[in-house]
Amino acid sequence: MEFFERFMIPHPSFLIYVSMVLIVLVSIALVGVITYFKLWGYLWREWITTVDHKKIGIMYLLMALLMLFRGGVDAIMLRYQLSMPENTFLDAQHYNEVFTTHGVVMILFMAMPFITFFFNFLVPLQIGARDVAFPRLNNLSFWLFFMGAMLFNLSFVVGGSPDAGWTSYFPLADVEFSKSVGTNYYMIAIQIAGIGTLMTGINFITTIMKMRAPGMTLFKMPMFTWSALIANLIVVFAFPVLTVALAMGAMDRLFDTQFFAIGNGGMDMLWANLFWVWGHPEVYILILPAFGIFSEIISTFSRRNLYGYNSMVWSMIVISVFAFTVWTHHFFTMGQGAFTNSIFSITTMAIAIPTGVKIFNWMFTLYKGKIEFTTPMLYAVHFIPLFTLGGVTGVMLAMSAADYQYHNTMFLVAHFHNVIIPGVVYAMLAGLTFYWPKMFGFMLNEKIGKATVWVMSTGFLLAFMPMYITGLDGQARRMYTYSESTGFTTLNMVSFVGAGIMAVSFIMLVWNIWYSFKNSPRNIGSDPWNARGLEWATHTPIPAYNFAITPDITDSTSEAFWDMKHKGTEIFKGDIKKIHMPNYSGVPFIMSCGFFLLGFSLIFSMWIPAIVGLIVVLACMAYRSFEKDHGYYIPEEEVKATEKQYEKRGAK
Amino acid sequence: MAKVDHSVPLEYSTEENDLKIFGFWVFLGAEIMLFGTLFAAYFTLVDRTGSGPSGAEIFEITPVLAETFLLLTSSFTIGLAIHAMRLGSKKATLTFMGITLALGLAFLSVEIYEFLHYVHVGAGITVSAFTSILLTTLGTHGLHVTVGFFWGLFIMIQIAKRGLNPETANKSFIFSLYWHFLDVVWIFIFSFIYLKGMM
Ligand code: HEM
Ligand SMILES: [Cu+2]
Repeated sequence: MEFFERFMIPHPSFLIYVSMVLIVLVSIALVGVITYFKLWGYLWREWITTVDHKKIGIMYLLMALLMLFRGGVDAIMLRYQLSMPENTFLDAQHYNEVFTTHGVVMILFMAMPFITFFFNFLVPLQIGARDVAFPRLNNLSFWLFFMGAMLFNLSFVVGGSPDAGWTSYFPLADVEFSKSVGTNYYMIAIQIAGIGTLMTGINFITTIMKMRAPGMTLFKMPMFTWSALIANLIVVFAFPVLTVALAMGAMDRLFDTQFFAIGNGGMDMLWANLFWVWGHPEVYILILPAFGIFSEIISTFSRRNLYGYNSMVWSMIVISVFAFTVWTHHFFTMGQGAFTNSIFSITTMAIAIPTGVKIFNWMFTLYKGKIEFTTPMLYAVHFIPLFTLGGVTGVMLAMSAADYQYHNTMFLVAHFHNVIIPGVVYAMLAGLTFYWPKMFGFMLNEKIGKATVWVMSTGFLLAFMPMYITGLDGQARRMYTYSESTGFTTLNMVSFVGAGIMAVSFIMLVWNIWYSFKNSPRNIGSDPWNARGLEWATHTPIPAYNFAITPDITDSTSEAFWDMKHKGTEIFKGDIKKIHMPNYSGVPFIMSCGFFLLGFSLIFSMWIPAIVGLIVVLACMAYRSFEKDHGYYIPEEEVKATEKQYEKRGAK
Repeated sequence: MAKVDHSVPLEYSTEENDLKIFGFWVFLGAEIMLFGTLFAAYFTLVDRTGSGPSGAEIFEITPVLAETFLLLTSSFTIGLAIHAMRLGSKKATLTFMGITLALGLAFLSVEIYEFLHYVHVGAGITVSAFTSILLTTLGTHGLHVTVGFFWGLFIMIQIAKRGLNPETANKSFIFSLYWHFLDVVWIFIFSFIYLKGMM
């Protein structure tokens, strides 16, 4: 009995019990359905063991949407709790748990897989490659990320959720003040997912540097690929810092080391510094690919090439360097003195300059363009002013003296949602709508799509503008309630209504997918938007080998497909030959299961299963070392036959 | 088998090989950040000894010199192994790799002795922020050497069984990069942790 007690939730509530029952029921149903339709074999062969970058991308997408739902439910609960003074819907402890999981889930398990989906799906197509540099590693990255995410979500029903904020500052996060295993989940689940992300970074840098189509110089790369390259460089330089910080945090909690302890020389501010040395670059890891997506969309629907290609690239490079020089702006009030604060104030404000360059470039692209308001474009057009507002409040926060007023208030919460929602989330949804036909062979409904954007922006403004005001008036963030005499009531209610409207917009998105799946025509060809980049030069649906003939873009620009359509530039030269493809493998999945077991056991300090998990991991590595795996060839005739079929269908 | 290009060394000779070497350099970039973070944390915490001992009180020069000597020599012998590999001598390659791994094992033995010594003199990992970061930094390096030992062993078995081909050559070359890297990290540990600590 004692053994099982550790898995109990320390602060159970009705809601948690309901979720437990639901999770069990849904799992049983899922297993039932898969078994009934005999889908296990299909799942294993076509998805779990896949090394195809397109399929791995789609799995990331599913995870992102699932986590968007989970994080969204958290958000609604938070806003409902604050919609009335002295509300008793959540108590202090639950409120802490919900905002912690909301933050972690949204940033690490929603936004990260969403951009990784785009890396996976788009980068090889945009550079004219067959796959990524290390397809098998790519599969491992996904499953590590998946196991990390699942482990983190498990905390909700087994052992208790983390409750020290997504920043998990010490000493609060130490065992003394966070007694449940929740923070162990934080330290270990993020670690596992983070290793996956780091490997994604290495994979995509190698892919982009080494596997571009003949003739594609660096400055002929499509803008999204540039943003992916730079974001992944930031990943490789920032994530190891998180790895070390999380390892130290886990050791402090599990093995009683003294890194961030209060006594024995420990230093809590070391955590804050390490966290933000990773954390600030992390926000740029998210926003740069978003910028890349918007660049693709804005030039496509302005019907002209992107204004200021070179300055777009250089501004991203400058941002990536500056991203590592601003981290202390997250704790101006935590005691490093006026001189240090001033320096970091200046570096922070300076980062707004390259960002501004990009905003102007998009506007100059629109200027004199033949703008066409499709759904993706509508997202982009909403993004520009809303994101700029978020950037401006960022510069306000960057003034260290003034930050004593804003810090830790709802004003800050409004700022970062103001950059992340119109910036990252809009880009992801715009990109999803834009590339949807390439992935699934039908378009999403435009009417519902455009309505969704308007509803979302309305909800967004109602939800977050009031927070700027209550924040300036002193409403602290992460407080589970307030008294009526503060006068925050009305604005918080407005905020809740706004959050509800945003929820409606997400439901509209889901409805749109269902509606379009039922009703949209399937004979849309391979270029329904009249687009520009090389990724549109493939067939729809994209064959496993992407391009039958490796494109040669020596004579084209960064918009090779546009040149082909309108200037007649030849990009597919030569004949079809046999194509080398990587083999599928189940080892990465098994290895990730080992990681899951290892992580789960560490969280509960169960050493024997932890060792078993570790052995599984090491055994998989050893197996890989000895394995002979040279991939296989698709014979010339088969490629030709496939290409014929596409021609017959009239898709070109 | 993939296309083999004979104008470059064996380890670079296929496209896959070329990708792997490049990817490994990127990985080493991440490793530099990892150890860089550990060093930054070490410098932050080095004087925060709480009620525990300081570096000067616990460091012993003899085992440290022995470790340095062993690891630097092993870096030299792995270089010789790669040289032998380029010359196409399977036997010499295996011999030098064997020496490298033996030196690595000797290094690890001394390091284990060193750790036991620290625990013995009351500088275990839980004593103070300083001992925590000291043993974590050294331990992370030691763990890398341990992983390297088994990795190297596996490669040796493969060379012995399958001979020197583009694949084994590629693996050996990447392994040598890793091993040199660990050596460089050790030089930093030696200079900035031990020497500086003993002064
Ligand atoms: C013009 C550019 C920007 C400037 C000058 C800026 C400035 C700041 C400052 C000074 C803070 C800390 C304020 C405080 O704690 O009191 C902050 C917090 C934050 N910013 Fe920004 N920011 C900018 C853009 C962005 C972007 C593009 C993102 C994300 C995509 C972002 C995400 C965040 C997040 C997540 C936090 C706070 C997290 C937390 O404390 O939990 N910011 N920003
Ligand atoms: Cu920041």
